[in-house]
Amino acid sequence: MNTEKNSYTVIFAVIMVVIVGSILAFLATGLKPRIDENERFEKQQNILYAMGVNQNEGDGSVTFIPTNEVEAEFSKYIKKQMVVQGNTATEKADAYLIDLKNQIAQIKAGNNAELPLLVGEKDGKEFYIIPMYGKGLWDAIWGFISLDENMVVQGVYFDHKGETPGLGANIKQRFFMDDFQGESILDGNRYAGIGVVKGNNDPLNEDKEDNEVDALAGATITGNGVTAMIKESLKLYKPYLETIRKK
Amino acid sequence: MALLSKKDANLILDPLADNNPITIQVLGICSALAITAELKASVVMALSVLFVLGAGNVVISLLRNVIPSKIRIIVQLVVVATLVIIVDQVLKAFAYELSKTLSVFVGLIITNCIIMGRFEAFALGNGPWKSFLDGIGNALGYGVILVIIGFFRELLGSGTLFGFPVLGDPVTKTGLYALGYENNGFMIIPPAALIVVGIVIWVQRSRNRTLIEEA
Repeated sequence: MNTEKNSYTVIFAVIMVVIVGSILAFLATGLKPRIDENERFEKQQNILYAMGVNQNEGDGSVTFIPTNEVEAEFSKYIKKQMVVQGNTATEKADAYLIDLKNQIAQIKAGNNAELPLLVGEKDGKEFYIIPMYGKGLWDAIWGFISLDENMVVQGVYFDHKGETPGLGANIKQRFFMDDFQGESILDGNRYAGIGVVKGNNDPLNEDKEDNEVDALAGATITGNGVTAMIKESLKLYKPYLETIRKK
Repeated sequence: MALLSKKDANLILDPLADNNPITIQVLGICSALAITAELKASVVMALSVLFVLGAGNVVISLLRNVIPSKIRIIVQLVVVATLVIIVDQVLKAFAYELSKTLSVFVGLIITNCIIMGRFEAFALGNGPWKSFLDGIGNALGYGVILVIIGFFRELLGSGTLFGFPVLGDPVTKTGLYALGYENNGFMIIPPAALIVVGIVIWVQRSRNRTLIEEA
């Protein structure tokens, strides 16, 4: 067989593309339900983590509620799922599945957006959990932040698509996320958010009123991304947060 | 009877030492730079490349007589990309946690020049069994260097190994840190990887002088 002929090359290319395309399409459709379910469970785990429902032990690891229990735990702790428009919130089933990224795009395009907000309850205490979405150094970063009615952070969860391992990727480590707990997002009446800053002389993060946490060495841009992401999210939810704020 | 003939065994052993893809052929440097700040990432990357290169070499070798030479590079790319996507999708469905750790590396695997290099230099001219051994050997050679770099960068840069603190706690000053030791922040930024690779190359060539190229 002469493999140098142009006609052979073209036929080979066509057959190759058809075969590879069908394998990948078949695989993608076949696995999609499972992948979607995994992503849904992950979101539930992340949300619960942000309100302090997790199985963390010791002081190093981030341990979620196991996948096979997360659905039951989620419906146990999450009391209300709502969508926020301006300063009003209406209940909506499965609001947590709304992708904040798309809603932000809607707002930018000047359309109405439905911003998801979850109300959780643990030990008789209410948690307002809002999603966040922003950009780090290489790619998207996102997360959830849970607030009490005094606008004090009860917990956060951050994740990222492709931050540098060992540097920016550490935003999803305990030592970084735990620093946010107890920080107020308010500076007087202003929704200042929480800045990830270098050299604030508070590496153990003892000052909870300074709207600042200690930055990660070597991950300045990812840290700035986290700062901006928190600020952006608060801006979106501010009108509604004002209606629930007590302090 | 030996499991592998001497020639076959050399296919695996050569890339581990005297024909190492990173230190001798200077291939795959880009990923060696990018992901070696942590030991865990190095190991994950090494295993991924082991799979992709082993399987890819076999596929290319089986197809070697029917691939038109004019588009062989494209065919090689398609094979690598397909393998990587299949692995990624299957992991997403059945081992979601692991897939999240791996997803960062997917793009890096496809562009790893060792993979294309072995397809082009070996699999296109040799049978499937030999190509498989060659793939495994080169991936191991790549992995060994990755783990060495990752070990030193994580130990000196963060004071941890696989995320576990081994030198004490830098914040509360315990262990070595009580004596005034500090982590070297330079080790976790990419240029440090080049320096560590340089040192490995130096050590290797001073042990085996035949590897030194004529000026």
